[in-house]
Amino acid sequence: MNRLNKCFNLLRTQKRAALIPFITAGDPNPELTVPLMHKLVEAGADIIELGVPFSDPMADGPVIQRASERALAAGTSLHQVLKLVKNFRVDNQITPIVLMGYLNPIEIMGYEAFSQNAQNAEVDGVLTVDLPIEEGTALNTLLRSHEIAPIFLLAPTTTAERIQRIAAQADGYLYYVSLKGVTGSADLDVNSVAEKVAEIRQYSNLPIAVGFGIKDAETAGKIAKVSDAVIVGSALVTLVETVPQSELLETMANVVRELRQGL
Amino acid sequence: MSVTKLNVPDAQGHFGPYGGIFVAETLMQPLEELRQAYEHYIKDSDFLAELDDDLFHFVGRPSPLYHAKRWSDVLGGAQIYLKREDLNHTGAHKINNTVGQALLAKRMGKKRIIAETGAGQHGVATATVAARFGMECVVYMGAEDVKRQAINVYRMRLLGAEVRTVESGSKTLKDALNEAMRDWVTHIDNTFYIIGTVAGPHPYPVMVRDFQTIIGRETRKQIQEKTGQLPDMLIACVGGGSNAIGLFYPFLEDHAVRIYGVEAAGDGLETGHHAAPLCAGKTGVLHGNRTYLMSDDNGQIIETHSISAGLDYPGVGPEHAWLKDSGRVQYVAINDQEALAAFHNLSRLEGIMPALESSHALAYCQKIAPTLDKNKSIVVNLSGRGDKDVHTVATLEGIKI
Repeated sequence: MNRLNKCFNLLRTQKRAALIPFITAGDPNPELTVPLMHKLVEAGADIIELGVPFSDPMADGPVIQRASERALAAGTSLHQVLKLVKNFRVDNQITPIVLMGYLNPIEIMGYEAFSQNAQNAEVDGVLTVDLPIEEGTALNTLLRSHEIAPIFLLAPTTTAERIQRIAAQADGYLYYVSLKGVTGSADLDVNSVAEKVAEIRQYSNLPIAVGFGIKDAETAGKIAKVSDAVIVGSALVTLVETVPQSELLETMANVVRELRQGL
Repeated sequence: MSVTKLNVPDAQGHFGPYGGIFVAETLMQPLEELRQAYEHYIKDSDFLAELDDDLFHFVGRPSPLYHAKRWSDVLGGAQIYLKREDLNHTGAHKINNTVGQALLAKRMGKKRIIAETGAGQHGVATATVAARFGMECVVYMGAEDVKRQAINVYRMRLLGAEVRTVESGSKTLKDALNEAMRDWVTHIDNTFYIIGTVAGPHPYPVMVRDFQTIIGRETRKQIQEKTGQLPDMLIACVGGGSNAIGLFYPFLEDHAVRIYGVEAAGDGLETGHHAAPLCAGKTGVLHGNRTYLMSDDNGQIIETHSISAGLDYPGVGPEHAWLKDSGRVQYVAINDQEALAAFHNLSRLEGIMPALESSHALAYCQKIAPTLDKNKSIVVNLSGRGDKDVHTVATLEGIKI
């Protein structure tokens, strides 16, 4: 069984929601990424979403945009992100890794080559932000054949009919975008999230993760009660800007620990 | 490959392998609503009557087709006709599209308009229609462009628009587009995003094209009134490609008409500092569609360079990508110096100061006109006027105004 399914099965027996921290690979530099990933796991991460930096991150707010810019300035490429995952796997065979990014780097590498390389690196899932199901058949079929889960976003604007079509193609988990906006936005409404998650559950047995706009342990706790996983990105990535590099690992671990206690 | 305009795009907006819809999930439903509204109103006689009325009374259409006799004589070849989009209200072809989209926004009940802009012409054209319809207007503009197009920034503010300076990425048009998309995804309920070119997710490339084909439809009629026949050649500059597709589209099935799209070669194609994805780029996905792009070996978008802010864009409309592959349109590139020379030539020989964008089309015309007989005709789309570029030209030539 693959790592994502194993992970959610275990959490189901523990009756606990998953904590999924997001960091941008290569931010602030590629050397720090693997140590950071291990630290996140140690502090309570169940799954890690690893952002693949892109020059034009249209769906991201300023915090993740700047993370992308820093990572690119440090020379991070998709090739290198896959190498980082491979390095992480030397010491960790359990924690699922999901790559989250935009389509163009994958297009340029080639779908076949990317799927093969990602499988070799033991990537568990791939979320391509700007690839809706209508355009994604070729890539998603290849990913599946390489035992990688295609992961999809659902939004407050997604109609019931679309939820069903997307769920039919998805694997691993469904990522519900908790608000209309970009990553790191404010004003998440827990009640409306709960309603939409309940609607999605009518159409899919996949675990439902919620992200965009979860900033603290209190909100994470509330969201965890109505979903299967909580994704926290900007609130962690912002630490790269506010904390000296020498203290980054410990500070991020502390924040993740706090989030985990909220679940 | 045979190309007819009737077989593209398909229902999902594909021009062969190009176009489509590549956006985050939140925008899928708003784009579907836009598509339905657009496809409904573009066949609605009341909508079309209001659009025609606005194009006539507010924009000042039809724009003249002007025989540039003196310039033609100096070049000593084909007769050159200029489609005078520079004479439109606000000084460029951009208003043809903003009038159309604003009328659509009104019918969709959207009270807030957003736009991206490079040279500022699309921003001004959007601010203009927003003012007229009493809509709130926010225009995103890269910090670099805000600097080099200060007059247009002030024009937008005078028209009541809020201009938001974009500091991310390369601080030019592509980043302004990213930021406008982020705004749209955050305010979808009340906001209509007026994209200024034939790029972006479906239905934008089709919708913007349809609003701009007024250029080609008028040209077709006007040239036949003047010469009794269709032109031998069409030339237009291509950034995103809206003025070009507007001129070309009604002629695509007239296979005797040779068609040239002119990209910005910047410092020269060989230097890598240019904005010519069709001539020297590769295919990829950006801003909601698959097309030719300026991207590096890792799939990151490369910063472009052109003397003209309006052409300084790393992508191009998907229909142009399709027309390139099909061979129906030839795409060529003109560098900064050649464009600048054409800017001066037209100013001095015809008393018309062209936009630096349009100067690229004029520069290619200068090259090719002398190779053709005097009884041949070329139509160049003079997509905008050059007042906005006076500062740029002066600075480049070491003159302080």
